[in-house]
Amino acid sequence: MVKEIERTGIPVVQMCTVTPISMTVGANRIVPTIAIPHPLGDPNKSKKAEKELRRGLVEKAIKALETEVEVQTIFED
Amino acid sequence: MAKYKVVHYINQFFANIGGEEKADIPPELRDGEIIGPGMAFKAAFGDEVEIVATIVCGDSYFNENLEQCIKLIPDMVKKYDADLFIAGPAFNAGRYGVACGSVCDAVHNILHIPVLTGMYEENPGADLYKSSFPIVSTKNSAVGMRDAVAKMSSVALKILKGEKLGPAATEGLLETDIRTNLFEETRGSKRAVDMLLKKLSGDKFETEYPMPSFDGVNPSPQLEDASKAKIALVTSGGIVPKGNPDHIESSSAQKFGEYDISGVTDLTEETYETAHGGYDPVYANEDADRVLPVDVLRDFEKEGRIGELHNKYYSTVGNGTAVANAKKFASEIAKNLIADGVQAVILTST
Repeated sequence: MVKEIERTGIPVVQMCTVTPISMTVGANRIVPTIAIPHPLGDPNKSKKAEKELRRGLVEKAIKALETEVEVQTIFED
Repeated sequence: MAKYKVVHYINQFFANIGGEEKADIPPELRDGEIIGPGMAFKAAFGDEVEIVATIVCGDSYFNENLEQCIKLIPDMVKKYDADLFIAGPAFNAGRYGVACGSVCDAVHNILHIPVLTGMYEENPGADLYKSSFPIVSTKNSAVGMRDAVAKMSSVALKILKGEKLGPAATEGLLETDIRTNLFEETRGSKRAVDMLLKKLSGDKFETEYPMPSFDGVNPSPQLEDASKAKIALVTSGGIVPKGNPDHIESSSAQKFGEYDISGVTDLTEETYETAHGGYDPVYANEDADRVLPVDVLRDFEKEGRIGELHNKYYSTVGNGTAVANAKKFASEIAKNLIADGVQAVILTST
């Protein structure tokens, strides 16, 4: 799906936990996330801390979209 | 005669421990036990081979703790002095396929023993490892267990007896992209003419030199100014309005949904849920923002970090969904996004 959208020239960032799969399917901008059933959350945290965590991850995704890449890139910390 | 020793790796589902709610169990060593598909292998192997232990691990646990698992599991295998390590078969289960591939790769590299697994050609684990060790080509679901076990055990016996494996297609393996020399009975010029004649008469022919498929897509240019950009959310995590109005299938999805989120600032337990049948839905059903971060993007919109969150999001279920379907969905989605002036996409996957 990532590739079909990116083909049109729109930048796409994929947020997912199993980054080797993102690499295989050909995502160019990848942000690793927390866990498979809750990529952008952590049920063990308080609601407030969880949202902070999510905010940090989405911020990373926006930064990835603002970054020029030439090859498949995983945006670690 | 001493029996060949095999250690077998399976996930929590095939070990009959449970489904997605048990996908987070850490690796367990079951000394001397033969479980699930292991029973079928035992029957196929007869007296020549003994499964000396089975290792069970939850699919989510493995993928979320990959580094740990690829150290721990070879350690568990080591003491058995096994002649072969078998994982799966994983069919089209993505996390299971990646787990089978990674664990085989680790066992092979650390213990230097042969390894074997089986999966469907579209499993993401297949592309990662098919050139590294033999992967038997299976059907896309456990309906194909019988066939998979028959093929895998026949390849396993050849490996154990030190016989050379034939070409991938003959052995029922996934294409390895590895070439080996062999003597053909007829010379090249005759084979070429035969092939040409078949082609001219519209018959089926098989090339001897398939072209590699380069299927990467060049990265799109970056956003110049996110604070002016319209950003859309797309997910393969199956987030849908409560009740799943379009009846998106929980696996092998045949469609995607387009949902209006005008004025929605938070996805709640009462309003949204997941249709995905391939991961434990509890957390996403409690708070779908954990998969589709509408709440944070609305905050960013308000704060001017982004120009605008697009008022429609797109969702499908990426669970055993055929690549051809995913492609079709995404190209329709992309068309709509462009028509709506979307400038960037955040795609979340589970």
